[in-house]
Amino acid sequence: MNDWLPILATTLAAATPLIFAGLGELVTERAGVLNLGVEGMMLIGAVSAFAVASSGGGLLLGTLAGIGAGMAASALFALLVLHCLANQMATGLALALFGVGLSAFIGRDYVSHVLDGVSGYTLLDGLPPLDPFIVGSLGLFALVQWFLYRSRGGLVLRAVGESPSTAHALGYPVRLIRWAAILFGGACSGLAGAYLATDYTPMWVEGLSAGRGWIALALVVFATWKPARLLAGAYLFGGVTILQFHGQALGLAVPSQFMSMLPYLATIVVLTLISRRGHAIRLNAPASLGQVWHPDS
Amino acid sequence: MNIDRRTLLKGAAAAAGLAALSPLHALAAIPKPTLPLKIGFVYVSPIGDAGWTYQHDLGRKAVEESFGDKVQTKYVESVSEGADAERVIRDFAANGHQLVFATSFGYMNPTLKVARAFPKTVFEHATGYKQAANVGIYAARYYEARYLAGIIAAKMSTTGTAGYIAAFPIPEVVMGINAFVRGMRSVNPDAQLKVVWVNAWFDPGKEREAALTLAAQNADVLTHHTDSTAVVQAAEEKGLYAIGYHSDMSKYGPKAHLTAATHHWEGFYRKVVQDVIDGSWESSNVWGGLKDGMVDLAPLNPVVPGDVAALVAQKKQEIIDGKLHPFAGPLFDQDGRQVIGAGASLTDEELLKMNYYVEGIVGKLPK
Amino acid sequence: MFRLEARPAPSTLARWLAPLGALLLTLLLAAVLFAQLGQSPLHAFAVFFLRPLDGLYGIGEWLLKATPLMLCGLGLALGFRASVWNIGAEGQLTVGAIAAGGLAIHFDGSDSAWLLPAMAGAGVLGGMLWAAIPALLRTRWQTNEILTTLMLAYVAPLLLAWLVNGPWRDPAGFNFPQSIQFGESALLAPLLAGTRLTVAFPLALGLAVLCWLFLRHAYLGFQMNIAGQAPAAARYAGYSPARTVWVALLVGGGCAGLAGFAEVAGPLGQLLPSVSPGYGFAAIIVAFVGRLHPLGVVLASLLLSLLYLGGESAQMELGLPASITGLFQGALLFALLACDTLVHYRLRRSR
Repeated sequence: MNDWLPILATTLAAATPLIFAGLGELVTERAGVLNLGVEGMMLIGAVSAFAVASSGGGLLLGTLAGIGAGMAASALFALLVLHCLANQMATGLALALFGVGLSAFIGRDYVSHVLDGVSGYTLLDGLPPLDPFIVGSLGLFALVQWFLYRSRGGLVLRAVGESPSTAHALGYPVRLIRWAAILFGGACSGLAGAYLATDYTPMWVEGLSAGRGWIALALVVFATWKPARLLAGAYLFGGVTILQFHGQALGLAVPSQFMSMLPYLATIVVLTLISRRGHAIRLNAPASLGQVWHPDS
Repeated sequence: MNIDRRTLLKGAAAAAGLAALSPLHALAAIPKPTLPLKIGFVYVSPIGDAGWTYQHDLGRKAVEESFGDKVQTKYVESVSEGADAERVIRDFAANGHQLVFATSFGYMNPTLKVARAFPKTVFEHATGYKQAANVGIYAARYYEARYLAGIIAAKMSTTGTAGYIAAFPIPEVVMGINAFVRGMRSVNPDAQLKVVWVNAWFDPGKEREAALTLAAQNADVLTHHTDSTAVVQAAEEKGLYAIGYHSDMSKYGPKAHLTAATHHWEGFYRKVVQDVIDGSWESSNVWGGLKDGMVDLAPLNPVVPGDVAALVAQKKQEIIDGKLHPFAGPLFDQDGRQVIGAGASLTDEELLKMNYYVEGIVGKLPK
Repeated sequence: MFRLEARPAPSTLARWLAPLGALLLTLLLAAVLFAQLGQSPLHAFAVFFLRPLDGLYGIGEWLLKATPLMLCGLGLALGFRASVWNIGAEGQLTVGAIAAGGLAIHFDGSDSAWLLPAMAGAGVLGGMLWAAIPALLRTRWQTNEILTTLMLAYVAPLLLAWLVNGPWRDPAGFNFPQSIQFGESALLAPLLAGTRLTVAFPLALGLAVLCWLFLRHAYLGFQMNIAGQAPAAARYAGYSPARTVWVALLVGGGCAGLAGFAEVAGPLGQLLPSVSPGYGFAAIIVAFVGRLHPLGVVLASLLLSLLYLGGESAQMELGLPASITGLFQGALLFALLACDTLVHYRLRRSR
């Protein structure tokens, strides 16, 4: 127990930014929109959260700023793909590029600021204190799970992702729903960034997220667009990362480069094991994912 | 992913490089520059607030401050070590910069190539091993500060185990790890050092995760050879001690930060600039240590007891006076094989090629 | 209010005007940005777009940097047309570099004229091999290629890092993680004296023509287009989905592998831990900005390459931080993508 508790705690924390960003992207993709700009939105969220929090705004306001900034970045994306009907993959990648640059630009005045991290709540004596963000990530999971499968809104959202033209014909406001889904994705990416910059590694430096946005994107695919599997994937990825560090510290005589490959390889292997059960998995992908939709077409 | 940035070399390698390029050496005649002297700096990462590039930029600012309008400095940051470096270095030279500092190991071959095309421009390359008539090389003996930091770590540790978060297994990093554990064992013969490689110079999240891993495995003093302040912050959060690297990181962990092994390029950069302005610059191979002020320890945290501080000050003086060598024999590698006997110490060349762990380190260094 | 109305057929005029419109839009955005930073927008523009192309060397560098983007972009565009989402060209490029570099190291000292062609072949095969893994997983077990290609893109550089830290490390290189410098016979000679441009650039142009011919005239190219645009129709017509996946990934991987060869046998001249500053990822943008058309890819890679050089130039000449480059690149791409809309849609005043 004593050996496993710290590993568990570190895994939970390492998976949290992936869960936030992944759940947001999952909802966006369920509405049929592929936003590859997660890394960019995360960084914009991170720098905004850090800037507000470290300028005396406090952590709550900082987190809200991160969420807001992520939404603003995703609004730009929504404008381009929903109104200008731009290609989603390209626009998302452009957003990732733009976000890296913008966050570095805004952040120049904040690199030297210092911030105290969040201190957690103690749930039970003897257990490590719980971080509000980690608790929040589980709450967000429950919310998304409920919304997608137990609410009418979720049903409509999925219908829009499967066949926007049918949803449109039935009188649902396709564009509005996609706007909401994109903004939700942006908010979640911003929240992931806020967690990184104000709690996990409380600092601002260029490229703080170090590629976590891309991993979150991959995990949505890994999850076959199901929230529960996303959670499992994030813990798998985080857990293997932590375990290989433990292996190294214990003195395993395996080149560290191979140890560092493990989280990536584990994800591939597990996805293959899940997928081989049949075509049902592939059908989980929202049918209209990534395609431009226009009422005339 | 910049893997092979920065690192050092010297000694025989430099001699070999010089021999190979001897025809050029004969041409060595760097003219006195027209003022203001235009100086270019090539950085491998963003400047930030701490870390490798930040320390080099402090050097650039010191030059601007000292020489005022006699110099004009420019820099390009985040230059990757592949094909882009040659273009940036050449661009500086072609645009009238008469002195170019290339501040990462991976710029070595590009710098030499450009230097051949611009024989009247002075190049200074950090942490490489190839010299030429118009290419000087420089690095610092980071291991001297690491040794002192190891002494502090062993004295402050209650578990006798320290943790080291390292980026890539290149000689410079391995040398630092070995010097640290030598320092630890000089005051606690049973001390242990656990090493985790994150395979990235910069990834605050992974650095933190590696730090927590080591903390979970009994390490109560953490240090790092990576580029962010995440390890110091993680130690602060967990109530452990930490030793920073590159820069004084005390503001990121006021309680945890015992000291830091710091780099200082200001003095060297000022001297090079002065030499170039005077027309007296000559290609040289500088590997400066505590004595030259190119490495140092950041001010010690008040929690470090007076006797430990005194011991560190004494050992520092001994290193400066040449009485103490962190790699003095008898030196055993971690398999118990004797590398050198009593009375001898590793030569610079042996140091620069170091690719084995000395005794006291948990884990194997993959070959 | 205005609304967009689908055009019955894509507008040829708009196709040519869209990039110009995008440039004007970016000029406007950039004017605001640069003015904010206290720079004259026109001067900044000149530094960004004209200064890098000053002289033969500059033009050579521009084309040199465009080459890997073009090669990767061509292969990816072909796959994307068939809706095969290979986003791991970075990994395929790296393995191509490993394969080509491995040959150069193994046959160091050989002066055979066959070494370079063999390295090129090895590069292509290496890239294909790395892309064959996702192809196999996808066709055998329906494993989604977005995930596998991306994850393998992280694995390949670690493999390279291990090689140059271990078995392929230069024995005379003081244990630094890099291979020996390749001999003359393993290096592509510069095409023009005074530049670093190699034969890889005309090769990439030739490949673009080949791609164009393939898409236009080959039956397989037609099948792949259909598979992408109307998968149900493709199945009905009896086109093999597995073949589409294999061809898309192998072509993408082969092109990226060739780019890897061109880098190590060209400007790098040895294996280093990092052989690409993200060409494989940037090529995805190239493919889409080029509208998945070979000619478009050629133009888009030239544009993106110029943006990179412009960014360096702006740091050097204007002292602007590197982050401005990313901002500016993002803004230009946004503008380009937004203006592209007008090719397929027209603006109508709605009542």
